[in-house]
Amino acid sequence: MSAPSLVVEGLVRGFGHVRAVRGVSFSLGRGEALAVFGPNGAGKTTLLRLLAGILRPDRGDIRIGGLPLVRESAGQRRRIGLIGHQTLCYDGLSAAENLEFFARLYGLGDPRVAALKALEEAGLSDRAAIRVGTMSRGQQQRVAIARALLHDPEIVLLDEPFTGLDQHAAAALRGQLGRLRREMRTVVLVTHNLDEGLELASHVAIQVAGRFAEFGPRSGDAAAFRTRYAEATANG
Amino acid sequence: MASALGAGLIIAGKDLKLELRSRTAFLSSLAFTALVLAIFNFARDPTLISATDLAPGILWITFSFAGLLGLNRAFALELENRALEALLLAPVSRTSIYLGKAIANLVFVGLVEGVALPLFAIFFNVPILPVLGGLTLVIALATIGFVAVGTLLSAIAVSTRFAELMLPVLMLPFLVPPITGAVQVTSRLFAARPFAEMAPWLKLLAGYDIVVVVTALLIFEFTLDQ
Amino acid sequence: MLAAMLLLPAVFIRALAFTPAEATQGEAQKIFYIHAPSAWVAFLAFGVVGICSVLYLVLKEPRLDRLAASSAEVGVIFTTAVLVTGPIWGRAIWGAWWTWDARLTSTLFLWFIYFGYQVLRSAVHEPGQRARFSAVLGILGALLVPFIHISVNLFRTLHPKPVVLKPEGPTLPGGMLATLLFAFVAFTIIYAAMLWQRYSRATLDDARDAARAEADDRA
Repeated sequence: MSAPSLVVEGLVRGFGHVRAVRGVSFSLGRGEALAVFGPNGAGKTTLLRLLAGILRPDRGDIRIGGLPLVRESAGQRRRIGLIGHQTLCYDGLSAAENLEFFARLYGLGDPRVAALKALEEAGLSDRAAIRVGTMSRGQQQRVAIARALLHDPEIVLLDEPFTGLDQHAAAALRGQLGRLRREMRTVVLVTHNLDEGLELASHVAIQVAGRFAEFGPRSGDAAAFRTRYAEATANG
Repeated sequence: MASALGAGLIIAGKDLKLELRSRTAFLSSLAFTALVLAIFNFARDPTLISATDLAPGILWITFSFAGLLGLNRAFALELENRALEALLLAPVSRTSIYLGKAIANLVFVGLVEGVALPLFAIFFNVPILPVLGGLTLVIALATIGFVAVGTLLSAIAVSTRFAELMLPVLMLPFLVPPITGAVQVTSRLFAARPFAEMAPWLKLLAGYDIVVVVTALLIFEFTLDQ
Repeated sequence: MLAAMLLLPAVFIRALAFTPAEATQGEAQKIFYIHAPSAWVAFLAFGVVGICSVLYLVLKEPRLDRLAASSAEVGVIFTTAVLVTGPIWGRAIWGAWWTWDARLTSTLFLWFIYFGYQVLRSAVHEPGQRARFSAVLGILGALLVPFIHISVNLFRTLHPKPVVLKPEGPTLPGGMLATLLFAFVAFTIIYAAMLWQRYSRATLDDARDAARAEADDRA
């Protein structure tokens, strides 16, 4: 395994009396992909937001490339990209305008050029001037992905990205995720969908009630994993 | 701080571009302002009360209402698609988000005021040109105080259930110093009173502005997810 | 708490029975011994809210938020007392229920600040968010109070009222001054007792919620 790119130790986070994440630890190397499965309310989204630097943990450490992720220091956030099931874009602006805005915000060299290049890679050059709000769900997802990868992040976090995608768009997304791994980015994918998660991941985890009931490299045996998953989520 | 301002300007630019695109909020505020002015003018009895007595109060009530309408959009537009999260992800400080929103609000409210003022002069037959300099100064000072607090409070209100109602309820007491000061200065300007009479109020406005802007810059980040 | 509540009738008795009546106003003036100390507590309570708010944002200690909330609840009671005793006094003295007297006006706006604070707290359910939002509003409100004072007083000075109530200054005759000081001290103690009671109840409520959440978790 290559030197760890993402190291998480003893992450704890609560909201009032609800303890959403209660001690999660793992590490991933570059090019590895962790699929986190779990029922609703397991704290998966909270975990992702902690990894993204949006939330501050109550306890625990996150290190990216050996350096700690501190919510106050904006610099480390440059190395992270997040793709949710919402686009995180502005419906009223065109695809190009959205990307140009984010390119500016991330301090990229030539924002306009960066935006157009990202659109080209996403296969959306012909839709650059279309308002994101009027696009199909699949196209919106492509814009969201372009936005997330604009600044070439080392860590890519995905929160239920297959939600609402038709077969065609889902296939395209699967292709893109494979490409992310080949580009040696570190991926953490939160999903309900066992099939897609298992296909793409190098490591799997089952999160139940704020903890990892299981974490490890993906074994070849999908059926056994399904059984373990059903057991873990029945009890939790 | 300089980079926060830079990022803030980028965010403000994006907000204004969005507003320019749809124009809904802006046109609604303008229509509302014109309506309020017209109603006030229509409702008073011109034989009993002269325009110049009521005018400053009416002007500032109108500005306040229009301003409150405009403040809500700033954070509401980040709710769709959870766009705010993208801002939180970006390598910009939380303070720059506040700056961006506040600047956009200032421009928005300023533009509405810019249209409302001539309307006001026309409806009420008040000669504003001779005192335009002083008037601009007091409008600027009062608007800064209003927007600085309003932007901060709207960040809070937008997360509550009745956001459009919550913001005015929270804002109300904070209107007292800027509006009182503004009305007092405006009425003295119209009455061509000596500057010495306006000075204490202008100092109040400036002092208020400094305190609220500094406070808002310091505590804004606590209105966001931690 | 009980001891503190005994102080309230003590103030009444002292004021009515043992203090000389004021020359021009007669017995009605004695409502002042409730009115003025209430005003002092009203502003003191919000000062506590402000300080707890700042400390909460720095230390993130939920107990500070609880204390701020408790002080706000107690404070609004005393503020209301000022706004009720003021007009009663005013009616007796001037024949008018309300005049825009500087201090009464400031207190009125203080009431609105309290009101906003309470409305905000009731509208936010997640405790961490509620505490943060309240703290921000608490700080803003506390900073606003002096500005409202200045605005109102500036307004009054430049628009002198025909009938101005002369504030009782240190030139009070001995008996009245003593009663007044006694009332101030008594009310401060009453405030502290009410604050402590409210805070204790809030602590119990929070503990009960926490226990319930634990039980839910394990279930």
